[in-house]
Amino acid sequence: MTAATWLTLAGLGAFHGLNPAMGWLFAVARGLQERSRRVLLASLPPIALGHLASVGVVAALVTATRSVAASTAVAVTGGVLLVGFGLWRLLSRRHFRWAGMRLSNAQLAGWSFLMSSAHGAGLMLLPVLLAEPVAGGGHAGHLTAAPAGALPGLAAAGVHTVAMFGVALAAAVAVYEVLGVGVLRRAWFNVDRLWAGVLVAAGLVTLVAAT
Amino acid sequence: MTRWTPDPSFYPSPRQAALAPAEKLAYVAAFDRAAERPDALAVLDTDPDSPEYGRVVGWTDLPHTGDELHHFGWNACSSALCPTAPHPHVERRYLIVPGLRSSRVHVYDTKPDPRAPKLVKVIEPGELAERAGYSRPHTVHCGPDGIYLSALGGAGDADGPGGIAILDHTTFDVRGAWEADRGPQHLAYDFWWHLNHDVLVTSEWGTPSMIEDGIVGELLLGRRYGHAIHFWDLAKRRHVQRVDLGDAYQMPLELRPAHDPTQTYGFVGVVISVEDLSASIWLWHRDGEEWAVTKVIDIPAEPADPADLPDLLKPFGAVPPLVTDIDLSVDDRFLYVSCWGTGELRQYDVGDPFHPVLTGSVRLGGIVRRTPHPGFPDEPLAGGPQMVEISRDGRRVYVSNSLYGSWDDQFYPDGVGAWLAKLDVDTEAGGLTPDARFFPHGEEFRGLRVHQTRLQGGDASSDSYCFP
Repeated sequence: MTAATWLTLAGLGAFHGLNPAMGWLFAVARGLQERSRRVLLASLPPIALGHLASVGVVAALVTATRSVAASTAVAVTGGVLLVGFGLWRLLSRRHFRWAGMRLSNAQLAGWSFLMSSAHGAGLMLLPVLLAEPVAGGGHAGHLTAAPAGALPGLAAAGVHTVAMFGVALAAAVAVYEVLGVGVLRRAWFNVDRLWAGVLVAAGLVTLVAAT
Repeated sequence: MTRWTPDPSFYPSPRQAALAPAEKLAYVAAFDRAAERPDALAVLDTDPDSPEYGRVVGWTDLPHTGDELHHFGWNACSSALCPTAPHPHVERRYLIVPGLRSSRVHVYDTKPDPRAPKLVKVIEPGELAERAGYSRPHTVHCGPDGIYLSALGGAGDADGPGGIAILDHTTFDVRGAWEADRGPQHLAYDFWWHLNHDVLVTSEWGTPSMIEDGIVGELLLGRRYGHAIHFWDLAKRRHVQRVDLGDAYQMPLELRPAHDPTQTYGFVGVVISVEDLSASIWLWHRDGEEWAVTKVIDIPAEPADPADLPDLLKPFGAVPPLVTDIDLSVDDRFLYVSCWGTGELRQYDVGDPFHPVLTGSVRLGGIVRRTPHPGFPDEPLAGGPQMVEISRDGRRVYVSNSLYGSWDDQFYPDGVGAWLAKLDVDTEAGGLTPDARFFPHGEEFRGLRVHQTRLQGGDASSDSYCFP
């Protein structure tokens, strides 16, 4: 992968980390609930792990299957999926709720996994992943290449998650220590709308690039 | 409707809500006891700088008759900022207005013209019955992921069990019954929660047949009305524990949990003890892993000449206080207690919730006393302080005087009238003073009885907070 690809993956990770709905707000709430910065900090790794799992599944699948399937078909399907999912997010008013406020670390990771999946976090990486040359070189076309082909996807998800984790950590600590929860009233921009727009844009980019 | 930034009337913490600007308008549910004219939402001007201060400045008739408006509430509130299911970009603009007698639920939009709420949807009794299995909708609370609506009766002709229905946040469709496992719970009335602890609390009044034609003496003396509160797992929707107050303590009604989301205590008012007609306030709190209740306030009955009493009370020669509503200020400092029978509003400092201290009292109306408002000293008042609502900053308290049609008629057989008073609070030392300029009453309410008040932008009993 090129430096630009890694940068893009990290940038998308930062965008995901910035979204309060992706987890940092939950970490802040838990910290405030227990009046403990330690609880806040301990909440973020499970959240990042859940996000990694959600994004990792999509990324690994895409890079692995691309080594065995026609790339245009994957790209077009992915693009259509992205645009559709983005529009659905944009137009749907249903919100996602899985569990209450009191969660174990395993439940927290599960919550994060479902939250990221429901938001299509992994799909957002599609255009980046599909822009890459087909993995596996001369082995392309052989099913045996699939497991190895998944590796770049997992690496991509890892880089993405590290960036997400860093930004979420910074946002959570800043709100908890400096800004206070009052900032939520004023600065909680409707990321969901922006999020949906980015999904649609990513889908269009994928489709254009594929044809 | 979604916004780009959070609704400015949502507050992450009770402390921030208390800093909010004062309400300019109040909405009041008013009903026609004869069920011949439509019930209505009356809009009051609460801006002291306005020339119409203290007057009815808006009036919206309901589409039908015989609804008997009781409690109502906002579609969305500060709980939308809670992190498990955040949607801060919804708007607090719709009033969910149930008819306790008709089982119809109305949705009014206050945004186009706040002084003339506009009907946008009616949920027919059939939809509530079919989808949730309930009738006689009562309490409305805006939760993080939907609108929670308690109901006293079952579907069709079933007397119970009552419970909670969930309405969709944006379409207002009935999604279903909330309970996954109701355990021994059968009677319903009020509910509220400790959101951050995944705890929901419910109280008990009676089934429709026990209340709709007035209080039934035999049931009361037979100790058959509700006398327990229930604790639930809010996330799993399961019954956790029933806590009995003792069957002498009939009708634990209004539940007021601490607004501070780190706390796990709250107050419940009991209408009457069949042993001595006293009313009481109980505190619920944690006792190890379990929930427990402790009686923290006792309000005795006041002796009276039987000749001055309605038939129901003649044999007792006393006026019961009849605590029918309580309300806790947003800073959790003052608890207001309505004594609808004796015509008194009490203010307690509950800074130490186990040891409340009486800090204020105002007399208005009452079965025997008929205390007039200081602004109109020549007009004896019927009814008493009933529904209490406190402004977010805790400086203003509004009380209305009707309890429930058939019960009004029993305790005030010569007519309960219609009045709504505003009291000013000394938030430092405690104490209450009626505002002589704010006393809409009589014909101002066009012959309807006034029940509950909701304040524009929220009040002390409409919002829940997830951040301390």
